[in-house]
Amino acid sequence: MLHYTLFLTFGAICVAGAVNLLIQRHPINSALSLVAVMASLAVEYLLLGAEFVAAVQVIIYAGAIMVLFVFVIMLLNAGEEARTGESRIALLLGIPGILTGAVLVAWVLEHAGSPAVAAGALPGSPRVIGWLLFHDFLLPFEVTSVLVLIAIMGAVVLASPAAKSISEGTQN
Amino acid sequence: MNVGTFILVSAIKTVIALLVLLTAVAYTVWLERKVVGHIQNRWGPTRVGPFGLLQPLADGVKFMFKEDLVPPHVYKPLYIAAPIIAVVCALTSISVIPIGNWVTVGGLRTPLQITDLNIGLLIILGITSMGVYGVALAGWSSNSKYSLLGGLRASAQMVSYEISLGLSLIGVLILAGSFSLREIVDAQAGSFWGFIPKWNIFYGGQIVAFFIYLTSAYAETNRIPFDLPEAETELVAGYHTEYSAMKFAMFFMAEYANMITVSCVATLLFLGGWHGPLFGAAVLQEILPVFWFLLKVFVFLFIYIWVRGTLPRFRYDQLMAFGWKFLLPLAIANLVLTGLIVALRS
Repeated sequence: MLHYTLFLTFGAICVAGAVNLLIQRHPINSALSLVAVMASLAVEYLLLGAEFVAAVQVIIYAGAIMVLFVFVIMLLNAGEEARTGESRIALLLGIPGILTGAVLVAWVLEHAGSPAVAAGALPGSPRVIGWLLFHDFLLPFEVTSVLVLIAIMGAVVLASPAAKSISEGTQN
Repeated sequence: MNVGTFILVSAIKTVIALLVLLTAVAYTVWLERKVVGHIQNRWGPTRVGPFGLLQPLADGVKFMFKEDLVPPHVYKPLYIAAPIIAVVCALTSISVIPIGNWVTVGGLRTPLQITDLNIGLLIILGITSMGVYGVALAGWSSNSKYSLLGGLRASAQMVSYEISLGLSLIGVLILAGSFSLREIVDAQAGSFWGFIPKWNIFYGGQIVAFFIYLTSAYAETNRIPFDLPEAETELVAGYHTEYSAMKFAMFFMAEYANMITVSCVATLLFLGGWHGPLFGAAVLQEILPVFWFLLKVFVFLFIYIWVRGTLPRFRYDQLMAFGWKFLLPLAIANLVLTGLIVALRS
């Protein structure tokens, strides 16, 4: 019962944070709403029994990636965004679209036939996750890490002085 | 144990832990002023109470009754939230730290920590990584040049050193095979040849990891020689320049609480936690582990203060180069080597 109440509460906080992210006009408020979304998602994972994923969610997303977001907003000293004229088409199509999507997802989940998962029932200890990553899904895991490495190297190349002088050379 | 007893025991332990931590924070400040004073050939606090022992109390009263000034140019919601975030994160991370073995009080067996989680170490890392927001938002919302520069420096520095800090811990995790702080300490029981304790610092090449951890921890807590976020000579006071009274005190408390947490984690992971020689009567045997733990934490805090009284400040580019080009490769090399040793042995 306690699990269920907590799950719903943090689900509500998560959705509220996501909506707040959209309606806030200052980028730093939006970024902080995203932090709240990430943190409440971590609590949801924890309640489902995925404790390792929950901890990693906080450390990586809320504690590292979002700090960089906030850092960049601070560095650029971004001010309040101006609101553009409200788009009537977005209003007419968007809200019915979201509602239809939500109903569809709910309907599919209701009728998919897979059994409902009790809170805290899934195995999510670090040992299980480690076994899955380094045993059952070793190849996808390694391929992903190479992909991330390529992205890092790309960023380094783009930011290095050599690349800058080359691009300037072609412009001249 | 039924739910009522569980809640009661947890509440009592939380209150005790909070009181002990806050007292420890106050007296770490006193110790720092005293020790740095003696290093610099002066007395430190002497007027309030014997040896200035009541100075923290006087400071606390002063902070509470000072005028709480909010400058007109700040972004108020975040300006008020920032010190709260900092202090809450600093005080929460103590909750998973065990200070001793199980004790039995009135037929009730309970561990000497608020809660034992099997991801305890990750919880500490997660909470401390959220603590960066307190500093970053304080710098930004104050809307002042010094604060902004301090906040930027602090967040860049904390994110950079978090990586080598995390990597330095993984060697210990590989040796212990668990994230639970209690199991990590239990894995360090016993000794080699009867006299060298089997602590991680003497074992599996973790002495390198220990020094990486120590260095990164100084940077994480913004202490000399890495205190660039609040370098007085260039930034007035850095991210907390615009804060006064209790809000300033909150940042102060957060810094010292973080120091204590970092020292506790180092003790648990590298120095064998509460393990130490046991002797004497049964009551003494119950108390000694806690004493050993507190002694090791005290030694750490003393080294913190000693370093502060000894070393000059880094330059900012040196700080970043040291973190990324020296500590990080060293931590990765240590990790690979430890993994290799463990794999070859099994």
